[in-house]
Amino acid sequence: MYLYLLIYPYDGHHGNTRVCEIPYPNQIFAMKRILAQISVSLAHSIRDLTPIVAVIAVFQLLVLKQPIPNLLEMLWGLLLVLLGLTFFIQGLKLGLFPIGESLAWNFAEKGSLPWLLIFAFALGFGTTIAEPALIAVANETAMVAAMGGWIENQPQAQQHYAHGLRVTVALSVGCAVVIGVLRILLGWPIQYLIIFGYLGVVLATAFAPPEIIGIAYDSGGVTTSTITVPLVASLGIGLASSIEGRNPVTDGFGMIALASLTPMMFVMVYGALL
Amino acid sequence: MTAYLQSLWSTLLSTLTDVLPIILILVGFQAFVLRRRIANLPKVVLGFLLVVLGLTLFLEGLDHALFPIGKLMAQQLTTPEFLGLAGEDSVRKWQDFIWVYGFAFTIGFASSIAEPSVMAVALKASEISGGTIQPGGLRVAVALGAALGITLGAFRIISGIPIQHFIIPGYILVLIQTWLAPRGIIALAYDSGGVTTSTVTVPLVTALGLGLSSHIPGRSPMVDGFGLIALTCLFPIMTVLGYAQLGHWRVRRANRSRKTLENP
Repeated sequence: MYLYLLIYPYDGHHGNTRVCEIPYPNQIFAMKRILAQISVSLAHSIRDLTPIVAVIAVFQLLVLKQPIPNLLEMLWGLLLVLLGLTFFIQGLKLGLFPIGESLAWNFAEKGSLPWLLIFAFALGFGTTIAEPALIAVANETAMVAAMGGWIENQPQAQQHYAHGLRVTVALSVGCAVVIGVLRILLGWPIQYLIIFGYLGVVLATAFAPPEIIGIAYDSGGVTTSTITVPLVASLGIGLASSIEGRNPVTDGFGMIALASLTPMMFVMVYGALL
Repeated sequence: MTAYLQSLWSTLLSTLTDVLPIILILVGFQAFVLRRRIANLPKVVLGFLLVVLGLTLFLEGLDHALFPIGKLMAQQLTTPEFLGLAGEDSVRKWQDFIWVYGFAFTIGFASSIAEPSVMAVALKASEISGGTIQPGGLRVAVALGAALGITLGAFRIISGIPIQHFIIPGYILVLIQTWLAPRGIIALAYDSGGVTTSTVTVPLVTALGLGLSSHIPGRSPMVDGFGLIALTCLFPIMTVLGYAQLGHWRVRRANRSRKTLENP
C-alpha cells in the first residue's frame, strides 16, 4: 500500500532514511499515510533505545543488584524520550528535510557563488542551533560549570553560558560547511584540510585553559547528529553530483568530518576568551 | 503537577527559540532568494509542529531518564561497597574499576552495532571497495572502535590523564593510517566517527562521564568529566581505516601468491 523509494543509499543518522512517497489524492489516505510513517519512526526509535536499555538492565540485574531509586520516573522519562524522538524525526521528514534538501539541490545546481556560500553558512548554523544532543549537553555543561565555580551559580549565568557555547559551536559548523563547499568547488583533497584542522586543534589545545579542553573535544562529536548530518550531507552530495568530474561518494562526504573538527577549535578559543 | 507543567511549558518556549532560526533560514531562502512557493504547505506546518513537540518531549525525558540513569550507573559502579574496598579513604587504583570498563565497552558496542546509519555506511563502503571490505566486518570494526573509545575514556577519567594525551597521539595515528589506506575509503572512514554518536547515546555517555568524575576522589567534572564522546568519535576512524587496510593487504597477498603459482 505504501511505496517507499530510497533516494540515498547513505543515510546520515538513525531513522533519517529519506523516503519519497507516491502521493495519494485522497486526504484520508494522506492522514493514514502520516500515521503509518509515525509508526515506522516509532519502531526506529525503539530500535535505537533497546540496546542501551538492555545493557543497563543486564548490569543492574546481574552486576550491581541494587535497587533503582525513582524507577517509575525513569521509565516515564524513557517513554518521553521515545515519543519525543519519534515526533521529532517524523516532523523533520515532513517539514525540514524536504525543504532543506530541495534548497540544497537548487543552490548547488545553479545558485550564484555568494548566495551558495551564504546558504551554506546559514544551513550549518541553523541546524546546529536546533540539534537536540547539543542543547542537552550545553545545559548540562553549564550546570557543571556553575557547580565548579567556573561561572556564577545563577540560572541566568548558566543560560548565558550554555547559549554562548551553542552559538560558538553553530558558528563553527557554519564555517565548516562553507569550507566544505569551497573544497568541493575547487577540488581540494580532504586529507589536507583534515591535517590543517588537526594542527589547528593541537595549537588551540596548547593555549586553552584545561577546563574547556574536554568540552571542546566533545562538542565536535555532539554537533554531527540528527538534523545537521542529513541536511549538510545533502548539500555536499548535491554539489558534488552537479559538478563535472566530482564523485558524489568520495567528494560529497567529508563535510561531516570538517563539521566535527571546527567546533573543537572554536570552543577552545571561546574558553580562552571567557 | 503544576511545577511539572511549568517546566514542560518553559522547555516548550525555549525549544521554539531553538527551532526558529532554521525555520526562518529555510523559509526565507525559499521565499526571498529562490522566490518559490512552498509545496504542500499544510504538511510542512504539521512537520514543524511535530519537531517542536518532539524536541520538547525529548529534552524533558532526558532530564528524567537518560541523564539520571547515566549518573546513577556511574555512582553505583564506583561505590566502595561495590568495589569491595573497605572505607572511603582506602586507596583505589585504576584496576579496581573493572566493571566500569565492562559497562563502558558494552554500552559502546551495543549502541553502535545496531545503529542504522552505521549499517548504511558499511554497505556503501563495501560497494566502494569492490568487495575487499565486508559490510558485517566493517560494522564490527565501527562498533569495536566506539567500544574501545568509551572504555579508554573511562580509564582516562579514572586515572586523571589529560584528554589531549589521548587525542593528539590518536590524530597522529589516524594521519599515518590515512597515508597508507586505500584512497576511496578515507572520507567514509572519517564520517564513520561522527555517525556512532546518536542523539540517544550522547546524553547517556556524557552523564556517565560527569558521574564518574564527580564520584572518584580527586577528579573534577569540569576538567575530567568530558572527552568520552571525542574518543568515541576518534576510534571508529582508526578501526575502519585499519580494517580497510587489512582487506587491501589480504587481496594484494592473494594476488601475489597467485602470480607466483602461475610463473614459478
